[in-house]
Amino acid sequence: MDLLSLSVLELHDGFLKKKFTSQEVTRAYLQQIAEKNELLNAYVLTTSESALEEAQAADRRFAEGTSLSVLDGVPCALKDIFNTKGVRTTCCSKMLERFVPPYDATAVTKLRQAGVVFLGKTNMDEFACGGSSEHSCYGPSMNPVDPSRVAGGSSGGSAAAVAGGLSAFAMGTDTGGSIRLPAAFCGCIGLKPTYGRISRSGVTAMASSLDTIGHFTKTVGDSAAILQILAGHDPRDATTPDVPVPDYLKHLEKGVKGMTFGLPKEYLAEGVDPQIKEAIFAAAKVYEQLGAKVVEVSLPSTKYAVAMYYIVMPAELSANLARFDGIRFGSRPKQEGESSVDYFYHARGEGFGSEIKRRIMIGTYVLSAGYYDAFYNKALKVRTLIKNDFDRVFREVDALLTPTSPIPPFKPGEKLDDPVAMYLADACTIPANAAGIPGISVPCGKTSDGLPIGMQIFVPQFEEVRLFQVARAYEDALKI
Amino acid sequence: MARLGLTDEEVKKFSTQLTNILQYVEVLGEVDASSVEATSQVTGLKNVMRDDTVDSNWTTRQELLSCSELPVEQDQIRVKPAIE
Repeated sequence: MDLLSLSVLELHDGFLKKKFTSQEVTRAYLQQIAEKNELLNAYVLTTSESALEEAQAADRRFAEGTSLSVLDGVPCALKDIFNTKGVRTTCCSKMLERFVPPYDATAVTKLRQAGVVFLGKTNMDEFACGGSSEHSCYGPSMNPVDPSRVAGGSSGGSAAAVAGGLSAFAMGTDTGGSIRLPAAFCGCIGLKPTYGRISRSGVTAMASSLDTIGHFTKTVGDSAAILQILAGHDPRDATTPDVPVPDYLKHLEKGVKGMTFGLPKEYLAEGVDPQIKEAIFAAAKVYEQLGAKVVEVSLPSTKYAVAMYYIVMPAELSANLARFDGIRFGSRPKQEGESSVDYFYHARGEGFGSEIKRRIMIGTYVLSAGYYDAFYNKALKVRTLIKNDFDRVFREVDALLTPTSPIPPFKPGEKLDDPVAMYLADACTIPANAAGIPGISVPCGKTSDGLPIGMQIFVPQFEEVRLFQVARAYEDALKI
Repeated sequence: MARLGLTDEEVKKFSTQLTNILQYVEVLGEVDASSVEATSQVTGLKNVMRDDTVDSNWTTRQELLSCSELPVEQDQIRVKPAIE
């Protein structure tokens, strides 16, 4: 039996039936990491010793019949943006290359309490700023399907880990598409829940009104099971509304008969690779065969989403990264200068990479007096238009089907000299962050070069039950 | 405001790139958004408060101070002079 191919729920079933142990599974993954991580660069830190201890503890619990949850003993990888107490957390930036957090992120605590085995920390674009993981201080993560191409970003390492057989599931963050895009590139499932559904406490902030915690899995069922454990209000994160957490698994196989889905024409226009468009239309046909109705809809503000995002996000990023001054935490610069202000310049000049510097400069610029109204305030109003578009359309349809990425996975270096070209890869994913709605990317075919294509499904805020049902129906149809 | 130390090479490279980015975002000038309010956050939450008490279960002063790479004396981090 190939332990590495099993889903989280299959692992749980296997543990209960004593077909294999958590230690066996953990060792299998650690072995795979030892063999393939140099090629894929998915992990920036492996915590093998503690992983085996955690697996041993899980096995003891299964033997005693006191297992903690459906995730007990299951190996997981964490994007290196999640604080892990006592374990180096760098956000793949020189600024934090020696940082060891004194506390766990809430999401990490919840996973620990569920009995998860932590394999290590995964690669990402520095401070989550990028769409390819090329902006990591550790170099890019490569795509397991075609290692000459990037895994996508910013959660590239986590996507490569799950798709490449280096973890049973992995955590990520998504501010403009940073889970969904790498999931599409690598051919696995990536969930961005509703904004505020999962606590961001202990996760380094990028753009606080857009950042969302989510995860990569092999199956829709796994995605639902993990959200079940992580969702919920947290007093340590003031942006988590006190909305009850429903049972995501109970009616997972309800099916889509009688539902209406929308294909937004702006997401299937020129600029989207023709093979990707074809794959989405083919998926729509599958849904029609399953008893759903598919209609064309329009979200006219879509074309402004990237511009809106590249004003609002850098503005918020510049505020969030202002704390990195190499004083309370962060790297002490090699040259320190004479005064505190000198010290800031040196610490931040040495610690931050190019993409971070670009975004901080844009952010401080659009927030400065004289430009605030023209750029930032205008962008926030455009954000309302984007949100209103979704509100209007969701009165007519139950879900939206779109491509996740307008382009297939590219080669490293192809988009580095033209930042705007890189930004446009997020054109289909950004609107969900703008409106705070959930989105999931599911694999829906390959290009003629064998590169994965992802289909994205959107539903209204807090409707993840429906989201999983829609995704599961497609997943089941493809297996038959 | 950004307090970023840049090399001459970086200044040159960034000038072009930033100009391109800012030119791109000017597309928002096309949009008439005069009838809408700005959305700064999507939860609708307001004034989320908590009691003003210290939670020392979360992390301790010593743990926080030990994150600094600068010298720590008497629970204070020694920094460069702020005032000349």
